[in-house]
Amino acid sequence: MSIQLVNLFASALLLLAFAMLSQRRIVRLINLFALQGVALVASTLTMAYATGQSHLYWSAAINGVLKVIVLPWILHRLIRRLNVKWDIETLINIPMMMLVGIVLVVFAFNLALPISQFSQSIARGTLGIALACVLMSFLMMITRSKAVPQVIGFLSMENGLFFAATSATYGMPMVVELGIALDVLVGMVILGVFMFQIREQFDSLDIHHLEKLREE
Amino acid sequence: MRLEGIAAQVFSMAAALVLAPLLAGWVGQCRAWLQNRRAPPLLQPFRTLHKLFHKEAVMAHEASPLYRAAPYVVFACMLLAGMIVPTLSTDLPLAPAADAIALVGLFALARLFISLAAMDVGTAFGTMGARREMLIGFLAEPALLMVLFTASLLSSSTSLARIVESVSRQELAILPSLAFAGVAFTMVSLAENARIPVDNPATHLELTMIHEALVLEYSGRHLALLEWAAALKLFAYSCTGIALFFPWGVAHARDHVALALALPVLVAKLAAGGVFLALIETTLAKMRIFRVPEFLATAFLLGVLALLVHMLLGA
Repeated sequence: MSIQLVNLFASALLLLAFAMLSQRRIVRLINLFALQGVALVASTLTMAYATGQSHLYWSAAINGVLKVIVLPWILHRLIRRLNVKWDIETLINIPMMMLVGIVLVVFAFNLALPISQFSQSIARGTLGIALACVLMSFLMMITRSKAVPQVIGFLSMENGLFFAATSATYGMPMVVELGIALDVLVGMVILGVFMFQIREQFDSLDIHHLEKLREE
Repeated sequence: MRLEGIAAQVFSMAAALVLAPLLAGWVGQCRAWLQNRRAPPLLQPFRTLHKLFHKEAVMAHEASPLYRAAPYVVFACMLLAGMIVPTLSTDLPLAPAADAIALVGLFALARLFISLAAMDVGTAFGTMGARREMLIGFLAEPALLMVLFTASLLSSSTSLARIVESVSRQELAILPSLAFAGVAFTMVSLAENARIPVDNPATHLELTMIHEALVLEYSGRHLALLEWAAALKLFAYSCTGIALFFPWGVAHARDHVALALALPVLVAKLAAGGVFLALIETTLAKMRIFRVPEFLATAFLLGVLALLVHMLLGA
């Protein structure tokens, strides 16, 4: 039963990754990110309950606070202060991006199949889904031209990595997990400051302005 | 071929013919209630059919025999589809003749004929409707096939009767692949049955209509057959959805008590499905025709994901 639940939450993670990939509005993108956090927390809790590993409860709690509450709150505040709500422009159109996403999923599933044979975890089958989530976050970072969706892509990549760790090896050691959580939080703050700087310099959050060298 | 099987088959056919207009009437009633209008009576589709059958069929001068034959072909296709899908019993003599893929082929055949007939008379609206119908059809078909493949993989057979038997005998389990496939199937059936996010069945607005544009030139008994065929199509899709995702209560072979019980169960399921459809149609807005490819691409994506998730997780 708990394996089925973990599978269900893993599928929800994959679905949410696709939803984020195809989302046009930035507010909904942040809400989807928070939902992905919820699915992650739920799957971690199920794993903790099924295997009796108490440290997984702690990592679920850290994730719940950080990814469901704190980071979405920071992001919402950020876009309110940057005043970008209708912001998303993709470099390739959305149905095309979904097709690329499917190819990535096939690739990730094939890649993860031999690796997961070595794992002893009950949820080793979901390693492919975790890998697919990571790759799809990469795709999102590549195909979005504005800074805020790229940051969300970066954060959701961390979701995928965390899920890979819990599904393949019952999570990382506590010190590593705390370190990563702190890293993500600090990274978010720095990236927020960075976005203000970008906008001040170029009057836009389009990172293509960063590619040009100015001759003065 | 046994007598019981034939009896079950005839029973299924009669049920399809009667229940299809009833389902259409029920959906119309639910929609009216949800929109605070006075509801038409439940038997309204039958009255419309009765009225149309007694009217003279008017034809264009240039109409070819294909135009005349199309309503009968479409009606036959939809009736056969309603008979292949195991609605009441899985012991159907016709079921081995056609599996899930042939079912998709039947829908495609009907679509081809109605589109050709709409182009045949040469009016602008007919041609436009035919083009749109083909656009939607060629996008919806792969998504529908993906859904059916997922169900076939779960029960290792493409025969609908086998799928129903194996799914209903399985113990209850959370199957993420079936959940994906269910959402994809809902989206495809909305598009295929000309329901609201894709097409509005209750309008004759020139620029948006699809299904109504196809049958615009028909009148009298031809129109009646086409309307009945549309109701049968909705019935066949609902029954396919029930068969794939909620197959409990369908009678297995040589089970007379279950066969008698299957009809009330089917009616209850269809009534619930009708309420669901009316809810979707009331809460969603019709989208632009150029958004339809995106909508159906999402359905296809969900179907493929269902297939892939099934392969990875085995669930």
